[in-house]
Amino acid sequence: MTDTPKRTPLYDLHVELGGKMVDFAGWEMPVQYPMGIMGEHKHCREKAALFDVSHMGQVILKGDDVGTQLETLCPQAFATLKEGKARYGFFTNDAGGIMDDLIVSNAGSYWFVVVNAALRHQDIPHMQANLAGVDITEIFDRALIAVQGPSAEDVVGALCPAARDMTFMETIMADIMGATCRVSRLGYTGEDGYEISIPEDRAEEIARAFLAHEDCEPAGLGARDSLRLEAGLCLYGNDIDQTTSPIEASLTWAIQKRRREEGGFPGAARIQKEISEGAAKKLVGIKPEGRAPARQGVEVQCANGHTIGAITSGGFGPTVGGPVAMGYVSTNHATPGEKVNLIIRGKAQPAEIVTLPFVQQNYKR
Amino acid sequence: MKFTEEHEWLRVEDDGVVVGITAHAAEQLGDVVFLELPEVGDTVSKDDEICVIESVKAASDILSPLDGEIVEVNDMLTEEPGKVNDDPMGDAWFFKIKPDDASQMDDYMDEAVYNKFIG
Repeated sequence: MTDTPKRTPLYDLHVELGGKMVDFAGWEMPVQYPMGIMGEHKHCREKAALFDVSHMGQVILKGDDVGTQLETLCPQAFATLKEGKARYGFFTNDAGGIMDDLIVSNAGSYWFVVVNAALRHQDIPHMQANLAGVDITEIFDRALIAVQGPSAEDVVGALCPAARDMTFMETIMADIMGATCRVSRLGYTGEDGYEISIPEDRAEEIARAFLAHEDCEPAGLGARDSLRLEAGLCLYGNDIDQTTSPIEASLTWAIQKRRREEGGFPGAARIQKEISEGAAKKLVGIKPEGRAPARQGVEVQCANGHTIGAITSGGFGPTVGGPVAMGYVSTNHATPGEKVNLIIRGKAQPAEIVTLPFVQQNYKR
Repeated sequence: MKFTEEHEWLRVEDDGVVVGITAHAAEQLGDVVFLELPEVGDTVSKDDEICVIESVKAASDILSPLDGEIVEVNDMLTEEPGKVNDDPMGDAWFFKIKPDDASQMDDYMDEAVYNKFIG
């Protein structure tokens, strides 16, 4: 991408806070602040962290049958998604691969969709071309801020009392310091928390107010990645892509029963077949036994030395206190407890297939 | 003390040259989480990749700055890699090398030149 990276409404705040800015998916984003990735990660697990996720695509869908229409592109049960609720989903392609993953919210008079920054240019035309009778508008005038961690309810609730009463995957419109914001109780860290869509001209002021809470510190993309990895959450482009099916990606839980049975979404033939017969490979947690992190691309071998797969996301898990990884392995080697070897710099390092996540998820049910 | 463009420091002692990475390098790497050191007795050549250092962000190689023999390694670091961030210029030295040719040291920068180099 040769374009000058874009800046979010919080750019000046990031720089003021000492954020180390990098180009990410065409946006200038903080990878870390002076606290460092390890400190920011632990702070999020122990108290609360604020992330700028304004680079993500925010889209408003309006029409009579938005939920039903979305079901033509996604294997989720959106037609029955209740007003005020959000649901994780993905666009599938005709080959049963994943085009992108997304969060869909039924806001009552309209629907609110958040897609990955790098894929907004694919996803929006995809919806425009395929959702009959649905008016699709990408919104550029709102920041998106995530406040995550066990203290998130106190941090957000101090300025937005209604947020305290919400449960996981609920979404409301609420007043924060006089600004009308969409507050959704969800996130990408494995912790309780919120994602808040804020009018851009009020975003910095509200972010500063959250950060003024003694428990809340800013965190960058580095901590966001290690937090989601420990939480066993997929990163599009690493762990899931156009070729991986939701069954291979261990995302069968995200396809509701009615859709599994009825089909009627792109790639249903492959996906339904894999639901009943299983897939040849599976995304699993992989825990290296030593200290060496196993990063994306590292080969996974079975005890007999045959290649059985590869790491798709890997690094150091600050809360785990050691290396953690996810990757695809042949289904016959995907049972938790199976001993495998990771080929790191030419040497076989012992590791074990484990159940995801690496840390307990702390959602407010 | 001498400095390399690879951000290593070299300190001459009676029985060899102690090598570590600079405070600047440690800061750029971020939190160090893994370190693989050479073995005592290894014969190494200048620019051989003899250590691996991994931070929360990425893996990097440390090159041998000299031809010679590894005579000591700082085993404490493999247990506590975070020491590299705490005291990179002191306790967190990596290895001691007995150089074949001490004149190779002349190629490297002194502190003033290194500070200018990292600007």
